[in-house]
Amino acid sequence: MIAEVGHFALILALGVALVQTILPMWGARRGDLSLMRVGSTAAQAQFLLLLMSFFALMTAYVTSDFSVQNVMQNSHSAKPMLYKISGVWGNHEGSMLLWVLILALFGSAVALFGRNLPPDLKANVLGVQGSISVAFLLFIVTTSNPFTRIHPVPFEGSGLNPILQDPALSFHPPFLYTGYVGFSIAFSFAVAALISGRIDPAWARWVRPWTLGAWMFLTLGIAMGSWWAYYELGWGGWWFWDPVENASFMPWLAGTALLHSAIVMEKRDALKVWTILLAILTFSLSLMGTFLVRSGVLTSVHAFAVDPARGVFILAIMVLFTGGALALFAGRAQILRQGGLFAPVSREGALILNNLLITTACAAVFVGTLYPLALEAVTGEKISVGPPFFNATFVPLMVPLLIAIPYGPFLAWKRGDILGTSQRLAMAALFTAFAIIAAYALSGPGPWLAPLALGLGVWVIMGAVSEIGFRAKAFRAPPDEVFRRLRNLPRSAYGTAIAHIGVGVMVVGIVGTTAWQTEKIVVMKPGEAEEIGGYNLKFEGVAPQQGPNYREEIGSFIVSEDGTELTHLHPSKRMYTAPPQATTEAGIHAAWSGDLYTVLGDDLKDGAFTVRLYFNPLVRLIWIGTIIMFLGGLISLSDRRLRVGAPKRARAPKAHAVPAE
Amino acid sequence: MTRKQRRSVLIATCVAVLGVAVGLVLFALEDSIVFFYSPSDIAEKNIKPGQRIRIGGLVEEGSVKRGDGTQVQFAVTDTAKTLPVTYIGVLPDLFREGQGVVAEGKLGGDGIFVAESVLAKHDENYMPPEVAEALRKQGVWQGAGQAAKAN
Repeated sequence: MIAEVGHFALILALGVALVQTILPMWGARRGDLSLMRVGSTAAQAQFLLLLMSFFALMTAYVTSDFSVQNVMQNSHSAKPMLYKISGVWGNHEGSMLLWVLILALFGSAVALFGRNLPPDLKANVLGVQGSISVAFLLFIVTTSNPFTRIHPVPFEGSGLNPILQDPALSFHPPFLYTGYVGFSIAFSFAVAALISGRIDPAWARWVRPWTLGAWMFLTLGIAMGSWWAYYELGWGGWWFWDPVENASFMPWLAGTALLHSAIVMEKRDALKVWTILLAILTFSLSLMGTFLVRSGVLTSVHAFAVDPARGVFILAIMVLFTGGALALFAGRAQILRQGGLFAPVSREGALILNNLLITTACAAVFVGTLYPLALEAVTGEKISVGPPFFNATFVPLMVPLLIAIPYGPFLAWKRGDILGTSQRLAMAALFTAFAIIAAYALSGPGPWLAPLALGLGVWVIMGAVSEIGFRAKAFRAPPDEVFRRLRNLPRSAYGTAIAHIGVGVMVVGIVGTTAWQTEKIVVMKPGEAEEIGGYNLKFEGVAPQQGPNYREEIGSFIVSEDGTELTHLHPSKRMYTAPPQATTEAGIHAAWSGDLYTVLGDDLKDGAFTVRLYFNPLVRLIWIGTIIMFLGGLISLSDRRLRVGAPKRARAPKAHAVPAE
Repeated sequence: MTRKQRRSVLIATCVAVLGVAVGLVLFALEDSIVFFYSPSDIAEKNIKPGQRIRIGGLVEEGSVKRGDGTQVQFAVTDTAKTLPVTYIGVLPDLFREGQGVVAEGKLGGDGIFVAESVLAKHDENYMPPEVAEALRKQGVWQGAGQAAKAN
């Protein structure tokens, strides 16, 4: 019964989404306020219906109702409760349902919090948002219904892929989707603004909080995926330039560029054409990511769907929305040409450089990800583009960006002073030089460039600290004045600085683990010991153990440093019962200097095992950096000036005086 | 600085960055892409030793032999041709005789493929598309029905 309720709510949501698409936009066209208001009601109704549908599916999972085909294929009664719940989105149908649920959540949030939006803009935004819902709900209802029943009802389900049975991965999809799908708001705002023809700094002010929120969640979502790959796949790496990773990384890059260009648009009424285009492209990349991941064209754990009809459907949605928005953009772009003047060396100039480098890097990732697909479609030749390609293209583009980051916030709008800024950054430069020399002195053998690269991270961190210090007149004013100034700095200034510090911390982590990782693959018998990363590891042997839905063989290592025993590590090999599949669980000892990472390999004769031992220096800073970036976003979001709908702003005059340029 | 000059600075910067990026991409594509071959392709196409390639097929039944330490030997087959492979390291969890496998590495002068990495599958039923395609060419693979339903 509950499955039918869910199915019915899903179809009803499709109907409501149709209403949400048509009526408000028609109302906005005719200037009919009551029609426009339908948009808000419909957006909330649509969200509630989808929530109902989603909970219906979750109930089926929690109660292990195997008469629902989706539950039968992806769940098992012996699975722990957390994975019964995360199983809802651990499959194609359920994850698409989560996708539209989050889409509708954002629509209803705009309806709820966007009270100060001009009614016609709001109506158009909700209309566009509704049309995306229509497309994806049609997709679900026609090709991917999660509520299909089966007869006869099987006694037991076939279980969830064991490598997905992991806490970090349970929350990775909701976070990732909140980011991915959150960019739909920026897209809807862009299209709505193009329809109404009114694009002014207020537009950027409305869009920024949504974009920032989406960006924060995407940052965390990607970080969780990377963290999971690090400890669950047992390869000791944290990023593989896998096409599926790239699919989520491209919208992140475009979204990061959008965040920065929207600042220019809000403060200086410039870069409008570019910002609108970025808003469209960012969500288009999200759609492309959904296509790549969901259509099964890629080899990955995410490729649930093998049905080509589904791939074609999502491709059609992507082409329709991206193509439609770009066509509208092309038709309307001439009304956008206006904006403040600025010198090349200025805050605007710095933000343009940021956008230029980030979008170019994004394009490089795009080429590397899609080239193999395109080549195979055209010539039939199969190639793979791996990390060497991305290291040779993406990394060189990031170097000037990292050098430039500390300059940006120091430069004044319109006309900046690069010499003065360099003087203000002298302390940061000194500190960086010191860090580079220390890295040369302390680090063992490694690539000679590595300490310099490490210095880039330190430079970004110290640049952000200097900026806050400069604004507070640290060392130049009496302490009480400094404290007063620190208290009065806008939160957005702190947000920017903290997010940049996060980038720096992440860079230090990336460089540390990439340059100085040590790896040993050895055969060990019980009682034997190995040295790695300054630790001594004594292998104690392997013992079998029974888990809730798996059997495992647990290895045991005694870790000691300078003769004192620190801890025991227990890497294991698990054999799940449903579906019957093996996984590897790494045993990790974390310290500030780096992770000791152990993996149990093949069982040889006489109790001997192959084991893989890694020492990953500073690796934790990668994820700590992303959390700092998230916090920076959060602090920025809490700034009063950015609060959604908080400031009431005088409506911009209809016809702008258009300066040439 | 006149408006015209400002604009030329902007455009010159964009062109410079894009130019560098295009150069990097072309250079990297030339240098770092890896082609995929089945054992039959390798027999036919006369692949040069030392070139970085990927190979794929089924692990031949009874071919897995352990050498000293972590060294492993096995053979990859697409049923028509078979290619011997050596690998030093830990095999992925789902490495089994009779199952699909993809390996990346170089062909040695003696015709033995020296693998630097052996790729893990994510799922028991899952068949890497490259392997499925290679097997289909030999008429062994019956298509999606057999692979179907990853998960």
